[in-house]
Amino acid sequence: MVKAGTFIAALAALIFSAPVFAAAGAKLEPAGNDVDNIVSLQRGARNFMNYCSGCHSARYVRFNSVAKGLGLSEDQVIENLMFNAEKTFETILASMPAADSARWFGRTPPDLSLMARARGTDYIYNYLKGFYLDPESPTGVDNIVLAGTSMPHVLWELQGFQKAVFDEIPKQGRVFEHFEPFSTGSLSAEEYDSFVRDTVNFMEYVAEPVRSTRRKLGVWVLMYLTVFLVVASMLKKQIWKDVS
Amino acid sequence: MARIESEIGTPKGGFMKWIDDRFPFTETMKAHATEYYASKNFNIWYIFGVLATVVLVIQLVTGIFLTMNYKPSSAEAFASVEYIMRDVEWGWLIRYMHSTGASFFFIIVYLHMFRAMLYGSYKKPRELIWIIGMLIFFVLMAEAFAGYLLPWGQMSYWGAQVIISLFGAIPFVGETLVEYIRGDYSISDITLNRFFALHVVALPLALIALVFVHIVALHHVGSNNPDGIEIKYHKGPDGIPFDGVAFHPYHTSKDLVYIIAFLMVFSFVMFFAPEMGGYFLEHANFEPANTMATPEHIAPVWYFTPFYAILRAVPNKLWGAILMAGAVLLPLFLPWLDRCRVKSIRYRGWIYKSALGIFAISFLVLGWLGVQPAEGKYVLMARIFSVLYFGFFLLMPYYTAIDKTKPVPDRVVYHG
Repeated sequence: MVKAGTFIAALAALIFSAPVFAAAGAKLEPAGNDVDNIVSLQRGARNFMNYCSGCHSARYVRFNSVAKGLGLSEDQVIENLMFNAEKTFETILASMPAADSARWFGRTPPDLSLMARARGTDYIYNYLKGFYLDPESPTGVDNIVLAGTSMPHVLWELQGFQKAVFDEIPKQGRVFEHFEPFSTGSLSAEEYDSFVRDTVNFMEYVAEPVRSTRRKLGVWVLMYLTVFLVVASMLKKQIWKDVS
Repeated sequence: MARIESEIGTPKGGFMKWIDDRFPFTETMKAHATEYYASKNFNIWYIFGVLATVVLVIQLVTGIFLTMNYKPSSAEAFASVEYIMRDVEWGWLIRYMHSTGASFFFIIVYLHMFRAMLYGSYKKPRELIWIIGMLIFFVLMAEAFAGYLLPWGQMSYWGAQVIISLFGAIPFVGETLVEYIRGDYSISDITLNRFFALHVVALPLALIALVFVHIVALHHVGSNNPDGIEIKYHKGPDGIPFDGVAFHPYHTSKDLVYIIAFLMVFSFVMFFAPEMGGYFLEHANFEPANTMATPEHIAPVWYFTPFYAILRAVPNKLWGAILMAGAVLLPLFLPWLDRCRVKSIRYRGWIYKSALGIFAISFLVLGWLGVQPAEGKYVLMARIFSVLYFGFFLLMPYYTAIDKTKPVPDRVVYHG
């Protein structure tokens, strides 16, 4: 007889097998961010509003919910994060008009509310670290994670510019080897990594603000069900006592 | 005159008599709960029918609350789902219950169907229960497919595009039929609206009606059991089967334990891994539908992947679609494909045991192949396991006829 346990284990193995993030070509370095780190999220929010929100919206994210989730007062949010919004219930909209950006860059920069859930944090982390000089590109740079990206290297002042070194491998063609710095930015390599990590962290937070709430609630629900399970098992034993 | 007065006066039997004179409440409760006898030796495989009902209720209730805040329009659908996730009080919980419930519905239904194959529950006199059950499965697939379009994400859009276009492979009427399904020349706002109507009204109605009929038929013939023995052939002088215990309170109290255990598994996924690594909620579906750009890798949700793998294993679109439809429809004929007189796998021979094992493995491997790219060794594997899948059904009349069986005992095996 096929045991239920074996079958369920096989099914579980199927479900938990390799996730389907398809990283074309380059291997992704883990972002290593921690969504429970509030200070990192606050720095990430500052980075996001200063460097991303000029062109990118996060149109499902309200300022007051960011304040609540990041442990900030509404006044702090108004003073430090709201550059083009009037009320704290407004959502994060790009300063740049969509029609203009579509004309300037070939496409409107995508909304970032859910980018971390759509592409994964590792993808964004590597993308923001992956710009390299390419004289043939209209923006002067290309990206190792997303070849042919229309985004310019907006963080060049912080990171500086870098060049990509490729290996010529027979059959596979051009394979990325490593980056070489071309010019230095205002941040060291480690500082830039943590700048990007904080930003990615904030993006993961806004992609699912309810994450910490659901995990906390989940613990209580499972504890309640465990007690209920014990009581129900005792009831079952009592009722089945006379069955032989 | 006096007789009529006594009839309209206060009845002696109290409130329940008043009800029972007008509605067969006590009679129904007896027939379907307190005096409905099912075998006492049910094992864990016999829980999935009850669990399917639990999940159906979860889906109906959460679905009603989602409908209160969801907007079925291509301009607003995606944003309204995010509105539910972020701004509606407890909206995230309702939505995760619904999305997790959809996947668990299929896990449970697949295990429920496999139970029937283990213990021959589709055999005489339960052929109609099996057929009604298969109809429930078909409606459930349509329900899940229609529901998956509603969040209007990239995978909603392109998944629907791929599956609906399959109907275009039908000769002569194909393209017209596709236009009728979509209501447009491509998937659009019109398609979204009609899928919403199907998902929220038409298909749930059909589902509830079929589930009702499924249970009516089951209670008419009585439940099978892991020994595949009809308990009603061995009744005491009181007319109660020796090996049966009343559904209530015996099976209800046992089911309750399993239901709670199931809810713990369900809650664990819902609270700690609602995306289930991209299988319950696909990553690409967090991007709004974009008619101009296909996602890198279009894969249906995991519960359709075994059939999707069969579709892709065939180089010809029409034959791929025919084989996929065949794979879905074939189990319908199990009661007549299986020529063995013994129901339960406990007393069947090694041939059926091996065949069922190979079938289960083929189904799981095809499911895994359905999310892999259709290239190279994956296509070859999909072809091999498709042949095994079809072989299980099509060769069944031969191998079940020659398979040696063990003697079936008179009474069910039960260890206190």
